[in-house]
Amino acid sequence: MEDMLFYDRLQFAFTITFHYIFPQLTMGLSLLIVYFKWKYLRNNIEKYNNAAKFFMKIFAINFTMGVVTGIPMEFQFGTNWAKFSELTGGIIGQTLAMEGMFSFFLESSFLALFIFGEKLMGQKLHFLTGFLVFLGSWASGWFILATNAWMQHPVGYEILDNGKYVLQNFSALFSNPWLLPAFLHNQLASVVTSSFVVASIGAFYILRNKQKEYGKLFLKTGIVFGLISSVLLAFPTGDWNAKNVAKYQPASFAAMEGIFETEKAGAEIVLIGQPNMVEKKLDNKIAVPNILSFLTYQEWDKQIPGMDQFKKEELPDNIPALYYSYHIMVGLGTIFIGVMALSLFFLWRKKLYTSKALLWTIMFLVPFPYIANITGWYTAELGRQPYLVYGLLKTSEGISPTVSSGNTLFTLLGFVALYMLLGLLFLVLVGKTINQGPKPQTH
Amino acid sequence: MEIFWYIIIAVVLAVFFILDGYDFGTGIIHLFFTKKEKDKEVIAKSAGLFWDSNEVWLVAAGGMLFMAFPTFYASVFSGFYLPLIIVLWLIIFRAIGLEFRSQFKYQMWKDIWDKSFGVSSLLLALFFGIALGNIVRGVNLGGVENGISVYEGHYFFLPLWDSSFSPLSENPGVIDWFTIIIGLISVVTLAIHGANWIILKTNSSINNKLKGIIFKLNIVLTVLTFFSLIVWQIVNPNSLDNFIEKPYLIIFPIIYFIGLIGLFFIKKIKKDIYGFVLSTLLIVGGITSSLASLFPVILPSINKVNEPLTIYNTSASEYGLSVALNWGIIGFILLFVYMIIQKRLMGGKIDKMDYGH
Repeated sequence: MEDMLFYDRLQFAFTITFHYIFPQLTMGLSLLIVYFKWKYLRNNIEKYNNAAKFFMKIFAINFTMGVVTGIPMEFQFGTNWAKFSELTGGIIGQTLAMEGMFSFFLESSFLALFIFGEKLMGQKLHFLTGFLVFLGSWASGWFILATNAWMQHPVGYEILDNGKYVLQNFSALFSNPWLLPAFLHNQLASVVTSSFVVASIGAFYILRNKQKEYGKLFLKTGIVFGLISSVLLAFPTGDWNAKNVAKYQPASFAAMEGIFETEKAGAEIVLIGQPNMVEKKLDNKIAVPNILSFLTYQEWDKQIPGMDQFKKEELPDNIPALYYSYHIMVGLGTIFIGVMALSLFFLWRKKLYTSKALLWTIMFLVPFPYIANITGWYTAELGRQPYLVYGLLKTSEGISPTVSSGNTLFTLLGFVALYMLLGLLFLVLVGKTINQGPKPQTH
Repeated sequence: MEIFWYIIIAVVLAVFFILDGYDFGTGIIHLFFTKKEKDKEVIAKSAGLFWDSNEVWLVAAGGMLFMAFPTFYASVFSGFYLPLIIVLWLIIFRAIGLEFRSQFKYQMWKDIWDKSFGVSSLLLALFFGIALGNIVRGVNLGGVENGISVYEGHYFFLPLWDSSFSPLSENPGVIDWFTIIIGLISVVTLAIHGANWIILKTNSSINNKLKGIIFKLNIVLTVLTFFSLIVWQIVNPNSLDNFIEKPYLIIFPIIYFIGLIGLFFIKKIKKDIYGFVLSTLLIVGGITSSLASLFPVILPSINKVNEPLTIYNTSASEYGLSVALNWGIIGFILLFVYMIIQKRLMGGKIDKMDYGH
């Protein structure tokens, strides 16, 4: 039984982590493509249209990856988490079915038109199809976050005698206080990823001294979008989410902030330190007193319950992983604001395109927003442990009763091998597209 | 309300098999009957442009099944664990084959992805047929051994096969001689459907030859159909009860046979769309007849201990189903609008269209 739970969790964690590499770029990049297309409609400068079409190519490869790694996610609810599906399907089935109905149909219907239909439709309609693809991909985010919000903070349900969760109030699923902050935070994070991708391709062109006209455009656009989104990511949306965790999941809050003992006169904020689970303390700690209380409650000496206030069964089962995920996300987020602000300053002083060190930095930062996005999700998901539905249904109670650990290990190994191949293909094809560049080739 | 959702999901699934069915079939034809690179390219394109919007129907059907019949979803997806995950892998291979074949000009690159597309299309058609075979045959619900359930009565787990390969054994696997027959019917049906799609959508040089192929495949299909009808009675003796009780259900098998008979005249048919309509009738008739023979059961039990799964003992709450019907109607209206727009802009033959690049 322990084994079954372990492999089910590992397989879900692996497949969702790999999957989420792609949608985060899809969602953010669709916004930037719509922006380029809109600029072209406004000023009729060919450069913007070529930029939109170039990123459309990258988007298309990315979208395929997102689709083929996404179908296994929906299937796995049933294959590996059958008990969870049986008990809660009447509720989260709503939001997941709506995702198919309202977002996937929209996205897929208009994507082919957007990619192939520019000459058929004319510019205005082409812009419109691009906008609809953007709308579809963000709607998908909305329904997934609504599903997750219900698992983090269940609302609008009733539990029957046989343990089944029954929907009581449909609109509560969407007015869930967890949903809006989480959605905004997630979408902004995807804009950060795509801003970095755009800026980093721009830096690459300038450093390689080719396609410089586009290099400059991409850098400028990426930096402006990147700075705005990374600031909004921290404040207000990051702050808002942290307050939600403190309010609805206080045990997780203590664990992710690394508070082992409750401090009477206000909690400190931990910047660095490694959780020592044997001695129940942080090793090598650097912390600033009282800041956490102030950030969370705007009171310097407000008491925040530490992990000592909770029973072991209520605390997340992997506290160090949760703590690191959260701190990596926050640390990277801070670095993003710094780099983007510095780049904007250089841009304003007209020194950016010649500052090699900064250009190299921007280029090589590109994996880090992905890491931040994924550790952010780890924070949410590890923080919800040991529950699937917070406070109500334990993760161990949700697995498929009939699927043995040997079978799950077999399929996990298959997914690992297949996804390695997919990852390799993705890099080769995106690399090829970037190498060709946005400038239209003369035949 | 259960019946509403049962019908909606059946329709969505049927649409999935009509739409993704033609691109599975295109893959099968592509694998066996194309020689020239120009044909390969345009035929792959006739599937490649549409596969992802077609597969959304599968995702939608999955989502609706999850929402409306969560117990069925949980039971079937965990019970058919291995075949479903293998289907997922095949879907991935097929999709990347279609999407990536034209990314490089090297012949070897194209050949690899063409095979990937063709072989996984073939296996998917086979597996989906086998899945239907499993549904009509039923499974050992509760994993009963010696009269005692090993699991809760609505759960089961099927091995890929058991050593007898017989549908009549106590604990039959996913693959047995009965499900293989249904699987072959599915392969042949979808190959015909795919060939009709290629004729409809392209000007490939094999279009005329394909009509002859459809004719021959249709002979095979007729033989398989009659054979399956006989063994169907052995595997599931109650399968005619519904048709005797409610004679109007006979319309579904009639739809199937109209398609089957009509396709013998494929060489005389002038308008390409009619061939495609006839193979669509095959798919619709086949799926609906199978479902109608079971209704209201959706997964028969082959033991006497546990009750079969029906639309009533696996459904979500009344409130959930009715609220979902509200958004479902809005969703379907929107979908209809998208389809009209798409049809207007992307109708006609692929190779004549100027998609630019």
